[in-house]
Order: sequence, then structure tokens, then C-alpha cells
Amino acid sequence: MTDILMPALSPTMEEGTLAKWLVKKGDTVAAGDVIAEIETDKATMEVEAVDEGVVEEILVEAGTEGVKVNAPIARLSGGTEAKAPEPQPEEAAAPEAAPAKAESKPDAPAKAELATARPASAKGGERIFASPLARRIAEQKGLDLSSITGSGPHGRIIERDVKEAKPGAKPAASAASPAPTSERRGETRPVQSLQQMGIPEGSYDLIPLDGMRKTVARRMTDSFRDVPHFPLTIDLEIDRLLEARGRINKMLEKDGVKVSVNDIILKACAVALKRVPEANASYSPEGIALHHHADIAMAVAVEGGLITPIIRKCETKGLAQIAGETKDLAERARTRKLKPEEFQGGTFSVSNLGMFGIKSFGSIINEPQGAILSVGAGTRQPVVRGDQLAIATVMSVTMTCDHRVVDGATGARWLEAFKALIEEPLAMMV
Amino acid sequence: MDFDVIIVGAGPGGYVAAIRASQLGLKTAIIEREALGGVCLNWGCIPTKALLKSGEVYEQLHHLADYGLAADKPRFDFAKVVERSRKVAGQLNSGVGFLMRKHKIEVIEGTARLEKGTPAPKVVIAQKRGGERTLQAKHVILATGARARTLPQIGLEPDGDRVWSYREAMVPKAAPKSLIVIGSGAIGIEFASFYRALGAEVMVVEALPRILPVEDEEVSTAARKAFERRGLKFRIGATVKKLTKSKAGVVVEIETGGKTETLEAERAIVAVGIVGNVEDLGLESLGVKIEKTHVVTDAHGATGVPGLYAIGDVAGPPWLAHKASHEGVHCVEHIAGQPAKNLNAPIPGCTYANPQIASVGLTEAAAKAAGRKVKVGRFAFRANGKAIAAGETEGFVKTLFDADTGALIGAHMIGAEVTEMIQGFALAMTLEATEAELHATVFAHPTLSEAMHESALDAYGLVLHA
Repeated sequence: MTDILMPALSPTMEEGTLAKWLVKKGDTVAAGDVIAEIETDKATMEVEAVDEGVVEEILVEAGTEGVKVNAPIARLSGGTEAKAPEPQPEEAAAPEAAPAKAESKPDAPAKAELATARPASAKGGERIFASPLARRIAEQKGLDLSSITGSGPHGRIIERDVKEAKPGAKPAASAASPAPTSERRGETRPVQSLQQMGIPEGSYDLIPLDGMRKTVARRMTDSFRDVPHFPLTIDLEIDRLLEARGRINKMLEKDGVKVSVNDIILKACAVALKRVPEANASYSPEGIALHHHADIAMAVAVEGGLITPIIRKCETKGLAQIAGETKDLAERARTRKLKPEEFQGGTFSVSNLGMFGIKSFGSIINEPQGAILSVGAGTRQPVVRGDQLAIATVMSVTMTCDHRVVDGATGARWLEAFKALIEEPLAMMV
Repeated sequence: MDFDVIIVGAGPGGYVAAIRASQLGLKTAIIEREALGGVCLNWGCIPTKALLKSGEVYEQLHHLADYGLAADKPRFDFAKVVERSRKVAGQLNSGVGFLMRKHKIEVIEGTARLEKGTPAPKVVIAQKRGGERTLQAKHVILATGARARTLPQIGLEPDGDRVWSYREAMVPKAAPKSLIVIGSGAIGIEFASFYRALGAEVMVVEALPRILPVEDEEVSTAARKAFERRGLKFRIGATVKKLTKSKAGVVVEIETGGKTETLEAERAIVAVGIVGNVEDLGLESLGVKIEKTHVVTDAHGATGVPGLYAIGDVAGPPWLAHKASHEGVHCVEHIAGQPAKNLNAPIPGCTYANPQIASVGLTEAAAKAAGRKVKVGRFAFRANGKAIAAGETEGFVKTLFDADTGALIGAHMIGAEVTEMIQGFALAMTLEATEAELHATVFAHPTLSEAMHESALDAYGLVLHA
């Protein structure tokens, strides 16, 4: 009887997730059989049996997170002498077969021989080049070397790199996010100093990166690089919307509520997402998440960056309520008084630069959302109706789609639904 | 555009930078007003090593009996000692000339001056063969080096006769019978050691409280004892008030802790520091920042003036040839857009006296001043088999490790051949080795280097032969 142990993928790995069992209790395994899959935040690897035997017990269920390295994960019974190609389950399960007992050795070196792991992914199999001192400091600070970019010769990780890395940078947190697309699995390009790029020191002022700037930089870079995105642009006539807004605001005047064009756009987005639910989606390695509600994030520019507070279940809310919430969220965003749950998550984003006169633009997707809508300015323009030239207020919107979840036709169908709602706001009632 | 890179000064910083530039495909010129190889090769590192070798061999002859050998009345011919040293310098000088030709680097003999220009300052050369030449390059690297500091107001100024700088001390007509060396840095100590080996009465005057002030204090103390055993005399914490020339030689008035003393000798060597060669280059009109006679640069040698860089001694201490070469290579690679290699590579320092002294990284005092907890290892050569067999049991190896991380942060050695051994520690530090790698490395037996291993073991209480 021997224990199979949780293997270490890297020298610094302390724990991992037992993702999947490929054998079950009573299965016979031979040396070299893949029996389980282990996941860390960086890679998946397969656990192979080194000895033959029968799985006597699974000690750690599939899906268990935080399994410590070298913890027993399963027990194998029988041994080399169980030669029968198809041993009877009862026979194999016989608990205390004498030879097996003799083999059971509690010390680690013996166990290590019995279960080995080999990294399945290329990344996991790569040797990490790091100086001895860098390895030591990483170990002391609890840093994962695979998440650190080396600045030494040939990209070797040196003392400076681990000293600059924060312990919090350990990317185990990605378990919380449904779409780990921000993993830096591509080669990181070498960072050149401004000077190397021909901008002399002293010719500029340096504003230090604050938390918001770093987050914006990291999330936007990751998204733009890792999400296969494409834009779809459509023109909308908004005269009816403007007219409806006027009437609505007259109605709400006594309550002191004022509905903005943007509030109506948010509502229309939510309704359109209910009508084309495939566009209200997030990519994850496990599958495509179709969200039950349209949680619409709206980009708010604040000093030093931007933030995206969320109107939850926007499809269920009336315009007066949406107007109240957007006003409150935008104000608190500017004073940086939002709670994390008010700006984290969301299933779809809207960014509006119409007030600056921007005609049209394409935003970067806010992961893990499947799409973002960029709203331009509404301007009076000549339009052709039948064979007649007429004047209408026209607004361009661009939907940036994550092609992994929203294909071109899906995006187009959503825009069609959205256009119908904007051009005839009454349709939102239906 | 005449060149991609023009380098002013062909010392170990400049000529190495030129070779690297040529390797990177840059069209390169180098300007030298005196001799290829600079002070290092013509008047410093190399010829002094030739002199010191003569001194060392001569000194050994007096200890032949220790080895069961005998020779009648050892003598020396000083003129031939100096001649050999000049020959060595001459050989290497022509070697640099060959290297310049091989790498198709244009060598311009003359004195350079800079003028405003774009994208880099213009270089105007007063040529040795006559005439002026103005060149424009994309990049200009100043590698003009440094020279001995003089203090004429108290008489510390070489006169070429009785008062010498390193330069005159290298080529005198005869060895002095008595000598006062002012300054106990590497240069002062090497000349003191050389002339003592040839039998001169040598007195070293140091203003600071210990000799070789940049070295670890334990090394300074051991060095002083070792030199005193050889008959060198020291005045420590002594300020030179005045140097005057007498009929017989020089008179040096010094003050030590309030007491004045008058020293007399045939000759004096002034070795009180180094000043950068920043004059007559037109640097002021370009707005180059100069602090304490050195050009201020960033980590890549950039001066802040577009296209102008400075490396080596002119860019500040430590004034070491290998530091200049390292900076030269780094600067050129930076110009060529290559990513920086290891900017923090530690720079070893060597003093080729008898015994030798070599060190790299932090001294114990500096490490503690920086607030680092250190583990200290020591191993004496008297417990090393090879040292005993060679009759070279003087000295020790001291190692410093960061107590938290195990990083090797300093190594200090005194003894035979330590200047050849220090690279082991320099390599370990550049590779960011910890005690674990030094302990795990197999050191060949019997070697003096085993003392390095033992010292690293000692820092962790694991020493084997003590």
C-alpha cells in the first residue's frame, strides 16, 4: 500500500488544485498511466503512476483547492507481485496483504519515487532561470518565480526583480476571476527605458504610478493583448429618443429627477441584452457564461483615471431609478467613495464620449465582459429617407466584441435590437 | 556624419569601448594625445606590475634558505629593472595599435576639444602631425581619464627630480636609498612595497587612521603588520604640513595628533588621490555637469548633453582600469540600443604589494552601516596546505554574507596570489550566489583557493580545517 503525493510543479509551488481524477477507486493502474490532473494558477500538469496497483482510496476529491505539496492524495494497494492483468476488485482491495504492508514506508523519499508528475503545459515544463539569491528571496517572500519577469542576462531573474515584486503579486488570486485570460503566458517584451528610446532624462516630469493607473495599465494591456476583439459600428437616429426624453423629464420634473440620454442608452442596452442573451456573456476556460442579468458598467472619468460603476439588474429597473443610481454612482466615483462591489463585476460596459463631440470610437473590452459599447455624439445630419433628403439627429455607436463569445453575427443582431430600441423608445415597454 | 562614435582617450576605457563599438558595426574613431593604452598600460597598472615582479623575485632571493636553496649575494641592476618595465609597456602599447587596426578603428593622434553640434558635440582635434580637424559623430564618448592630485601650496607637486608622482616613480635613474610615500592607497603602497623590496628605507604617511583606507579594517591592520615585518615604516593619522626640498633630498613636516615631526629622505612620492581630466575640452561651454573634477553621468554614461557620454576615471571613482572598460562596453551597448546587462556587477580592487590585497563588495563596516545583518567567515592561510608548502602562510580570506538571504556581499583577502583569486568571489557575486552555492562548489586540492571555501564555510560555523 503506497500513498500518491501531491506533486510540486515548480520549486516554489506550495499548493495547487486537484483538478480532475482520471481513475476511480478500484481501478487498476500501470506505471506511466495518467491518473490525475493538477492545476496551479500557471499550468496544468498530469500525475503519472510510477508503480502498478489498484486505487484503494481517493483521499482528496477532484476540485479541491489549496492542496499542499506532498500531501497524500490517493492510496494505491497491491504491488509488483499482483501480476494478474485483471485482478479481482475484492482481491485487490484486500486491505492488509502482507507484501504490500512490508512496502509501506512512511518517509518521504520512498513516496517520492512512487508518484511523479510531469508538467503538461509548455510553460510548466520550462526551466525558470533565476539566480540563487533571487530564488532564495522569492522563497522567503512567498513569490512565484514564474510570475516574475527577469531583467538579468538572457532574461534571468535576479535579485532586483524579486525585490521589486510584491508578495501580493502571487497570481493565485486569479481563481476569483472567472476568465483567467490576463495570464501572461506570452513572452514579455523587454522594457526599454525612455532614454533608450531617445527621450533624454530631465526633459519631462515623472508622475508616479498610483494604484488606479497601474490597474488601468495592467487590465487594458492584458485585455487588448489577450482578447481577440473586433469593432462593429452602426448609426442611430435619436430624434424620437430625444423627444421621449423631453416628455419623460417633464413628467418627472416634480420629483426632481432628470433622465439623461445616457440613462436611456443604459436601459436600452439592458433590454437588448435580454433580447439577444448570447451577447451578455463571458469567456472562461470551462465554458461560456451566459449571464442571468444585465449588469451594466458605465465608464466614469475621474481624476487620474477612470472607473466603471455598475447598474445591477439594469433590465429590471425603470428610467427614474437608473437616473438616480447613475447620478449617485458617478458622484461617488469622482470622490472615490465607491465600494469594491459597486465597480467589480458587470456583464457589459458602456463608454460615452458624446459630450466631448467624439463622433465614434472603439473601447477596449473590460474583462471578463463579452462586449463594450462606445457611444459617440448625436449630431444633426442629412439622411436619406426613400429618395428624400431629410435632417435627423444621428449618433454612432461602436460595439467592441470578444470574438471568443460574441461572433460578428451575434454582435450585429444585438446592435439591430439596440437600434430598434433607441430609434423607437416605446419598444422598451414591450 | 563622419563617424557613428568618436571616443576621446585611448586608455582601457576608451580603446575597449572602441573595440566593442566596432564589433557592433559602428563606424568608430578614437583620439589619443599621448600613447594608446593610456596611463594604465603605459604608466600605471602594467609597468608597475613589471617593477613589482622584479622586486618580488629579488626579495625572494633573500629567503632562499627557507626553501633549502642558496645563491651568492643577490644584486640588481636598477636600470635594467626599469628597462624591462618599459619594454613590457611598449609591447602592450603596440598590441593596442594592432587591435585598433584589426577592428578598423581610425586612430587620430592629437588633442580633442568639443564644440556645440548636433546630434552630438563636434570634435575639434589639434593633430600631432599638425593642422586641425573637425569631426561630427552621432555619439561622443569622453574617456580622458585622470591624473595624480597635487597640492602645490604645501609642496606636494612633482618636480621630476626629488618629488615624484607615479609617473616619475616608474622611471628614475637610480633606486633611492630612502623614500617618503605620501598616501597609502593602492598606488602609494605598491611603490612603497617595490622600493622597500630593493632595500630602500621607506616611510609611508597616511592622513586617515589606517593604511589602505578603502579596504576592510581587518585587512588594513593585517597589511600594516605584514609591511612592517618587511621593514616599511608608517605614520598614520598624519597630516603633511609642508614638503620642502633640501640639498640631500626632501624634508616633510607632518603633524600627528598635535605633535609635529620632520621626516627626511632622498625622494618623496606624492600619491594623495586622483583628479579627473576635464580641462581644456570645452565642457563648460557645452554645459556638462562637473562635480569634484569628474563628469556627472547616469548609469549608462550619459552626461545630459545630447550625444555626449563619459566613462572611466573621468566619470568618477573607483579609478580602476577594469571599471573603465566595463563602463565603456556598457555605454557603447547602450548607444547601440542593446538591453543593459548587469549594472550592479561588483568591481573588485587589487593592490599588488607583497603580500597582495584584493577585495570585492562591501566591507564589514560598510555593510553594518547600511543596516545589514552579516555573517562573517575567516580563514587564515597558515591553515592551508598549499600555502604552507609554498611558504606563503601570511594573510587570510574574509567573507561577508547577508544573514537574512545568504547572499555573498563582500570578500576581502590578503596573502599570496589573492589578486588572482578574487575573480572567484566576483563571479559568485555577479551570479548572485548564496552561501549554499559556495559551500557546494568543489575546490581543487591543494590550492590557496581552498581558503575561500573554508572562509565561506566558517561564516556558517562549518569550517573544516580550523
